[in-house]
Amino acid sequence: MSPRPGFVLDVDRSTPPTLMWKGESFGLQKLPTGSRVIYAPEPFDALEDPETAIREALENPTGDQIPLSAQLRSGMRLTICFDDISLPLPPMAAPDIRQMVIEAVLDAAAAAGVDDVVLIAALALHRRMTEPELRHALGNRVYDAFAPHGNLMQHDAEDPDNLVHLGVTDKGEDVEINKRAAESDLLVYVNINLVAMDGGHKSVATGLASYKSLRHHHNPSTMRHSKSFMHAPDSALHTANWRMGRLIKDSGVNIFQIETTLNTNTFPDSFQFLQKREWEWNLRDRVSFQASSRALDAAPKKMARQILQGIKAPHALRSVYAGEVEAVHEKILTDVWAQQGVAVEGQTDIVTMGLPYICPYNVNSIMNPILVACLGLGYFFNLYKGKPVVREGGVAILFHPTRPEFHPGHHPSYIDFFEQVLTETKDPVVMSEKFEEAFATDPWYIHLYRTGHAYHGVHPFYMWYWCAHAMEHLSKVIIVGGDPATVRRLGFHPATTLDDALEIAQDTVGAHPTITHLHNPPLFLSDVT
Amino acid sequence: MKALIVERKISRFAAARVASAFGAGKGAGIGPLRLTDTATPKDRGAAWVGVTPILSGVCGSDLSTVDGRSSHYFEHIVSFPFIPGHEILGLLNEASLDAHGIERAKGQRVVIQPVLNCIVRGETPCAACQKGDIGRCQILSSGKLRAGLQTGYCADTGGGWSEGPLRVHSSQVFAVPDDMSDEDAVTIEPMACALHAALRCHHDENSTIAVLGAGTLGLGVVAALDFLSATKRIVRPRRLIVGARYDVQRSFARAFGADDVVAPDQLSRAVRLATRSLVSGQPTGDPGQLSGGADVVVDAVGSAESLADALKIVAPGGRIVMVGMPGKISIDLASLWHREVEIVGAYAYGMERFGKKEIRTFDLAMELVAHHHTGQLVSAHYPLERFEEALAHAGAAGRRGGIKIVFKPGSSRATNKKED
Repeated sequence: MSPRPGFVLDVDRSTPPTLMWKGESFGLQKLPTGSRVIYAPEPFDALEDPETAIREALENPTGDQIPLSAQLRSGMRLTICFDDISLPLPPMAAPDIRQMVIEAVLDAAAAAGVDDVVLIAALALHRRMTEPELRHALGNRVYDAFAPHGNLMQHDAEDPDNLVHLGVTDKGEDVEINKRAAESDLLVYVNINLVAMDGGHKSVATGLASYKSLRHHHNPSTMRHSKSFMHAPDSALHTANWRMGRLIKDSGVNIFQIETTLNTNTFPDSFQFLQKREWEWNLRDRVSFQASSRALDAAPKKMARQILQGIKAPHALRSVYAGEVEAVHEKILTDVWAQQGVAVEGQTDIVTMGLPYICPYNVNSIMNPILVACLGLGYFFNLYKGKPVVREGGVAILFHPTRPEFHPGHHPSYIDFFEQVLTETKDPVVMSEKFEEAFATDPWYIHLYRTGHAYHGVHPFYMWYWCAHAMEHLSKVIIVGGDPATVRRLGFHPATTLDDALEIAQDTVGAHPTITHLHNPPLFLSDVT
Repeated sequence: MKALIVERKISRFAAARVASAFGAGKGAGIGPLRLTDTATPKDRGAAWVGVTPILSGVCGSDLSTVDGRSSHYFEHIVSFPFIPGHEILGLLNEASLDAHGIERAKGQRVVIQPVLNCIVRGETPCAACQKGDIGRCQILSSGKLRAGLQTGYCADTGGGWSEGPLRVHSSQVFAVPDDMSDEDAVTIEPMACALHAALRCHHDENSTIAVLGAGTLGLGVVAALDFLSATKRIVRPRRLIVGARYDVQRSFARAFGADDVVAPDQLSRAVRLATRSLVSGQPTGDPGQLSGGADVVVDAVGSAESLADALKIVAPGGRIVMVGMPGKISIDLASLWHREVEIVGAYAYGMERFGKKEIRTFDLAMELVAHHHTGQLVSAHYPLERFEEALAHAGAAGRRGGIKIVFKPGSSRATNKKED
């Protein structure tokens, strides 16, 4: 039976309660009659023979590129860059798709006698991956072949000796990227297109860039003019990346882009109920829900976090293309939308969303309050094409405990951002003018980013900028179950229940608002007409 | 006269010390302090005048005394029984000269510079007092008075926590301008302390100053730095950062001119960020020892913890100004040695110098008080009879939304600004 498409459910009196994520726990939430719930399409079937599909993609490139094997020769410099820990979500059960693709590329390189090969994790300003994380992404064989010899690197956006300035776009944007990658004879980029904003020129122009380069598009103005990030033609972020990407290409960097889509099989067997429609839960699903939700509620928070962060998604390869960046990306977008797109008619007054335990920036870490805001308003809100699910001036209701917890090793500048920036302003423009540079150039943050496992000092600003479009669009953001003081620090409204939240929203959207709930994850993209 | 007195009763000091474990000021009920009718201090002759208290503040050192937590250091420079209260606004009972040698009429409102220095004691002025630096007086226990570093700690003079009159030497008398409120005037003494501490910072325009603690003295130092720079007497530091626990403290710190106001547990992070320092060791919630730090840290708390915190955030070669009264503490001074940090005390007041100009700290404090209206720090008045409540309130002032608690000896009821 072929997978069923996503759809929009109209809630009536017989509709069972909806599964609602609340950070490191979940429950069932009865939604008001007349609400809509958007469900993701069911996971597409996996490719039967992913290894063959990968090798065929490498040898049958898309667009203006020649087969990989034809570009490999002894004595050349080959650099293979790959997406970091932020993709996919949750982390994929082994073997990771990066391992599968990179092994294929390395086999081809070995066959051609290429021995100057370097692997680079394209971190941009993300934290460095740990050895276990790298082993998981690449597999032990690749890790052990490269890491001991110093040929497995992690991009360092603060290493002046390993950055090269390739030029300035016609809009005045500096393009500065990883020197080894730029000066290689061939740069192979291995991409995971979890959602439509991933990949394309963003892979190299962002993933391998410096702060000097990133600041041109990671700013409040660009973010406010990206409506949304998931639809490149309407995204100022992508327009800037495309300008930069074309400059990179014109400056002679030979990029062989490999993009992959995964299906949305997000949770393993024991948590399958999380991606099923509630009225289709069988006895096993009900028992699993009861057992896991009670266990997570009863467990110490640290243990609950460990349980959930230990989940490995049974994602499977759905498609793979290789070749010229733009041509590859165009094809992959078609597949992403096919897997994740859901047609939605019209906007509503209120959008509700249960925020899960994970986002791109807290894998094996803590979802701090800034990341809560970013997941809800930066990511889930922006998972649309056309127009947002919620109308302009509407209300977003998020479910999350939003505790003032931070991982000091991963998010040191977030703590200061929370304590010193958000106490003074919530306005992305004001904070960018007053605080961003001090955080971005702070020597301790730079030290921790370069030598530890910390996100770059400027990163919390970027997370807040991601929210800029939503914050401008919405009249109110309410967090159900959130720590009141923390929620207020974010500039949002705390509520204890959905009923409370609806009452708080009343002065903005009236007593009988229309409501749409995003039943996410698994991820889907709303095509709102 | 009705007065609160402190007697030398070891058992009561011990009981107060135990009680104070439950909160500052809790020693009032069972400690060495009691309300009694006592004889007025005897007239001490020419140059001495009677003063009837209008308002008298409760200071951190008073709380330490009442709670039996004062350092043994003070044992030989106080005399029992004494009437506490050294932040005093009062009325002259008869005409008198003031500290400037100006005749002041009976009924004039005055504030008292309480240091019982050698001039007050009728002794030949010591080297410090000859220069006007009375806070550094070398003679605090001899002469015509019994021991006592200040009015409010001497058995012969009386103190502000009484109906009065107390006895005051004319050199201690400073007339209060008619247009100054009683609340502003009663803060002149603590603001003089704060000014003196601010001038002990010895900072320059590139300095970062961190202030630990935002009670009356911490806020006073903030106000003093702002006032002194506004009047071009000193330069403004590059950045003034305050660690303040309570909303009311944060609000005053901002109003008095702090650049950054953060929770106390965030002060080290704020200093690190402002000074672009690195940190020793792995990142944790508390950054720990900074590689750089603030050029000056003002410790307005005076505890082992606050001094340890100050040492973590002060820059190599920097200076810690201790304005909060410390006692016997145990602390690791390795960083002081390794980073060549100076710790200096800041006690009381005297004469301040700006180039060739000299001005008494008290006169300067009058200007500061008028500039910032520090009387707004006064949160509640209490009659003497309700001293237990008053001291409990003072011990928990920040938590209860207040800063400075004062006695109003002539009144019969308490007033709280929030209740008014």
